Amino acid sequence: MSKPSTQIAPTREEGTPEHPTYDAGTIRQIREAQDAWEKEVLAASLERMPLRREKFVTDSGIPIPDVLTPADRAHEDFLRDIGFPGQYPYTRGPQATMYRARTWTMRQFAGFGTPRDTNQRFKYLLSQGMTGLSVAFDMPALMGYDADHPMSRGEVGKEGVAVSSLADFEILFDGIPLDKVTTSMTINASAIYALACYVVTAEKQGIPPEKLGGTIQADILKEYIAQKEWIVPPRPAVRILIDMIEWCSRNMPKWHPVSISGYHIREAGATAVQELAFTLADGFGYVEECLKRGMKVDEFAPRFSFFWDVHNDFFEEVAKFRAARRIWARTMKEKYGAKDPRSMMLRTHAQTAGVSLTAQQPYNNIVRVALQAFAAVCGGTQSLHTNSLDETYALPTEEAVTIALRTQQIIAHESGADRVVDPLAGSYYVEYLTDELEKRAREYLDRIEEMGGIIKAVEEGYPQKEIAESAFRHQKEVESKDRIIVGVNAYRMDEETPIEVLKIDDALAEEQIARLREVREKRDNARVQKALEAIERACEDGSNLMPPVLEAVRAYATIGEVCDVFRKVFGTYREEGRF
Amino acid sequence: MSQRKLRILIAKPGLDGHDRGAKVIARALRDAGFEVIYTGLHQTPEMIVAAAIQEDVDGIGLSIMSGAHMTLAPAVVELLEKQGADDIVVFLGGIIPNDDIPVLKEKKIREVFLPGTSTEDIIAWVRDNIRPRARAA
Repeated sequence: MSKPSTQIAPTREEGTPEHPTYDAGTIRQIREAQDAWEKEVLAASLERMPLRREKFVTDSGIPIPDVLTPADRAHEDFLRDIGFPGQYPYTRGPQATMYRARTWTMRQFAGFGTPRDTNQRFKYLLSQGMTGLSVAFDMPALMGYDADHPMSRGEVGKEGVAVSSLADFEILFDGIPLDKVTTSMTINASAIYALACYVVTAEKQGIPPEKLGGTIQADILKEYIAQKEWIVPPRPAVRILIDMIEWCSRNMPKWHPVSISGYHIREAGATAVQELAFTLADGFGYVEECLKRGMKVDEFAPRFSFFWDVHNDFFEEVAKFRAARRIWARTMKEKYGAKDPRSMMLRTHAQTAGVSLTAQQPYNNIVRVALQAFAAVCGGTQSLHTNSLDETYALPTEEAVTIALRTQQIIAHESGADRVVDPLAGSYYVEYLTDELEKRAREYLDRIEEMGGIIKAVEEGYPQKEIAESAFRHQKEVESKDRIIVGVNAYRMDEETPIEVLKIDDALAEEQIARLREVREKRDNARVQKALEAIERACEDGSNLMPPVLEAVRAYATIGEVCDVFRKVFGTYREEGRF
Repeated sequence: MSQRKLRILIAKPGLDGHDRGAKVIARALRDAGFEVIYTGLHQTPEMIVAAAIQEDVDGIGLSIMSGAHMTLAPAVVELLEKQGADDIVVFLGGIIPNDDIPVLKEKKIREVFLPGTSTEDIIAWVRDNIRPRARAA
């Protein structure tokens, strides 16, 4: 084995901890008692009734022992590994008070149809107690095509809101004061265009960029790894992101210019360990690129945010949140020399696992979502989206979204989870899983570093291959019934009552295209041309792309026109059809 | 007459990048003994039909999660008809509302597989419903 490249204190291997949670004498006594228990009680029980399976493992394959006791925590150094909320290494949460001061933000991702349809859904959700906006864009916008591009055929407004220019953003946020809400925008390859549109829309409401709070996903590396919505190859794409981070660090102090996302990695089939490892690897990759740009770690890292999937294995998911915070804190401090605590504290959004929902007996999905959401809350998420029961069929109906939001409200007001900080700390099992996840994620991080860093690993298809393997293994487990999914490979019903689903009218594409053509006719085309040329020059000379993109947006240059400049200068990315 | 192996094209039409299902199906069909070609992402119906004809396939499995199935799937069938290759069987998997299924079948999408379908069911369906096409001499 080559030596670990991350110079971090290991959590398990070392001898006597400085601040042991349990004293050595007690641990010895417990070990003796456990030996006796195994020989007498456990053995007899196994003889009477053997275990249901040969071995028990978590969804990520971490072995689960017969029982865990304080003796399994002998290596634990309480102050070093667990400590206090709001304090390094932030295992217990980024804030000292967590939900006792403010509950998590209930942020339901929404977007469909025309900007007007989505604007109305936003206003409805705000009136129902939602506390932050979250915009889903349609596929053409995500891929940087105008609504009338041939590649946009059949896709306009289907998977999110259709936007092609600033005119659409003006309608999307009409009547919503952008200094009073925080907005999350899920867009990556074309994120710089959407960020510029948001800034200019606010400008028109008289609100300067420094007053804008929110997040833009912009996590481009996970697109090559998992979600596959890209425009240009990885290296220029990362450069565009670093431009955004640099510009935001100077102009938008309340904005998160990147949301480093495990969600899509997990949905593509990764295990919790892989989600943790590849996502953090992306985050460290961005840190290194910002440092190369000459920025100081504490200038940009405080605004980094994260986004986790919350899947079915409740305890492993809770442990994942805790392990993520600890790995990020330790690495930021010890490897990248962060001094500002905010550079070390991992703040995160979470979403329940879309991939876990079933088309069969869809009402069961309400229960899955509730369990997953409860795990996110016990894990200490800062904001949460709960999926709707009908999402294996289409985008959710208003009724389904309301149930999903109510699920969060029930957890917040009725479960008791809002009254306590890090409720599962000290559970032998959850602490064990937290350590195991950290250890296993670090093994991946070390391997990626040996490969020459995450961008290199992505170019070589390494995370992609690991994830595809896990996805295939999962499918095999389901088909062999090694893994039971209620309603799918067990407890099936012959007749199912169909549920209502949201229909997106195809006529909206025409409306969208008509507005786009009007924008192109009314604007000052000479100004647009000049602005696009300025973007091209910045692409080539390496100066920050945000100022020329802002100017292009003000001139009503479309998303397709701006992204075409990127395609022209940097080329289009293509992936081989490997499987 | 020895039957040659079935050739199946797995294709991702449109802008949707969710390829987990497509890759799992491609691998399962290959493991089941079919010859499988995967187009990769972001294909237009024209690109898919060109690939199907060039690769001389017997069936095309489309995977669509983006809601664009009502446009893109029938477009593939129509283009096959235009090319005189409408004996290539087209089937579809993805996020498809129930109401759309009869409409798609009317438009000659032979089968629609929803989330939760086992790869064994898809393999069995391909075996039962797709035959090697007659080859030009």
